[in-house]
Amino acid sequence: MPSVICAACRGERPAALVRPKTSEPYCKICFFDAFEREIHETIVKEQLFKPGETIAVAASGGKDSTVLAHVLKLLNERHSYGLKLVLLSIDEGITGYRDDSLETVKRNQQQYDLPLIILTYKELYGWSMDEIVKAVGRKNNSFENATSYFFAGTFCGVFRRQALDRGAMKLAVNKIATGHNADDIAETILMNILRGDIARLKRCTSIITGDESDDNEASTIPRCKPLKYAYEKEIVLYAFYKRLDYFSTECLYSPNAYRGNIRTYIKDLERLRPSSIIDIIHSGEQLIVKQTAKMPVQRVCERCSYCSSMPICKACLLIEGLNKGVPKLGIGKTERYRKEMQKQDQCCSDQSLCHCMKEKLTVKEKD
Amino acid sequence: MHLTLEFAGGAELLFGKQKNHSIDLPDNNSPWTIRTLLVWIRENLLRERPELFIQGDSVRPGILVLINDTDWELFDGLNYQLKANDNILFVSTLHGG
Repeated sequence: MPSVICAACRGERPAALVRPKTSEPYCKICFFDAFEREIHETIVKEQLFKPGETIAVAASGGKDSTVLAHVLKLLNERHSYGLKLVLLSIDEGITGYRDDSLETVKRNQQQYDLPLIILTYKELYGWSMDEIVKAVGRKNNSFENATSYFFAGTFCGVFRRQALDRGAMKLAVNKIATGHNADDIAETILMNILRGDIARLKRCTSIITGDESDDNEASTIPRCKPLKYAYEKEIVLYAFYKRLDYFSTECLYSPNAYRGNIRTYIKDLERLRPSSIIDIIHSGEQLIVKQTAKMPVQRVCERCSYCSSMPICKACLLIEGLNKGVPKLGIGKTERYRKEMQKQDQCCSDQSLCHCMKEKLTVKEKD
Repeated sequence: MHLTLEFAGGAELLFGKQKNHSIDLPDNNSPWTIRTLLVWIRENLLRERPELFIQGDSVRPGILVLINDTDWELFDGLNYQLKANDNILFVSTLHGG
């Protein structure tokens, strides 16, 4: 055993890990204590929740959301936040991938004794991911597998972003809590800098988006990230030492090589200097966008009322493409088609897509 | 020398989806370390895409190493001298959450 003693209890117990934020050795007990306390301090300082609110915890069965559900449940009881917590899962309909992770979420539901709601892409959009992959592949026989996975990943990403909001709206919750951790945020900051996406860069460091202080997204359900300052390393070790039940696999349809490269870069930085991650977040938070900078106007989609920078949102465009048998429609240059869709909507009473999708939306609730 | 190796957090996908491996390392002139163990793993256990597990002479950044449940950063990292029946756990943090 190493002779290193815990920096917090000063030698009562041997250290089990090095905390990346401070490089201090901690024993398991002091680590649990510090990890939970820091998240509590973030919640209080940033006023993430109000008493009486219903919070949907976005649950994928992965490490981050499992730790988030566990810690929120624990802190809600320990500090009497007065919150009603529910687990909200999205089933994309990917055989073999979601099946196993949904089983994990169902076990989490039992373990944490929280209500679980599962919404499927099929219910929300009329198409499951497996069906989308088939449609994309069928129309493009010459496509390599990897290419159709790439397109499928575009669908999956766009649909997922809306799915939580649509689900949360349907369930009338006050907020969504997601498991984004410090590594994720640092990654997103760098990505938005490299892409020159000033609007996202400004928003991605906020711990809470879509609340009263954010005029741009007033129409959506607020989202918050209680694990914003928690390192991925600590989340994994917390889950491991607490023997939390989580599921890990790579998504087949994950298209984002760009993000992947940045992720690798962040991990390389972390090895050289572990505080880099928190330093990037702090730098990102200090950025102020010039008043004169041109920002995209946020509006709502004419079809589904979801926030969008265009008159017709990306999800509606993709659904239109699928239903018309041209799945690549929403990918690449889309402006012309969006205009045509708007025209159709104006002169035709059959606005078949998102409107009736809303009606069809049914909720499988399991208590 | 007998050891148990464990791969988790998605790292097991590179080892035929098998999480637990009970191994016996051959006697060596010099003592076994994590560094030489990684070479042995690459040659004997790793099934696919070695670059996703090993980078240079170490594990790829983002993979945590625990020696008998303790962070390898508290030991000598790559230079830690293995003892019989040690349990070495490799957890990937790179997979979805």
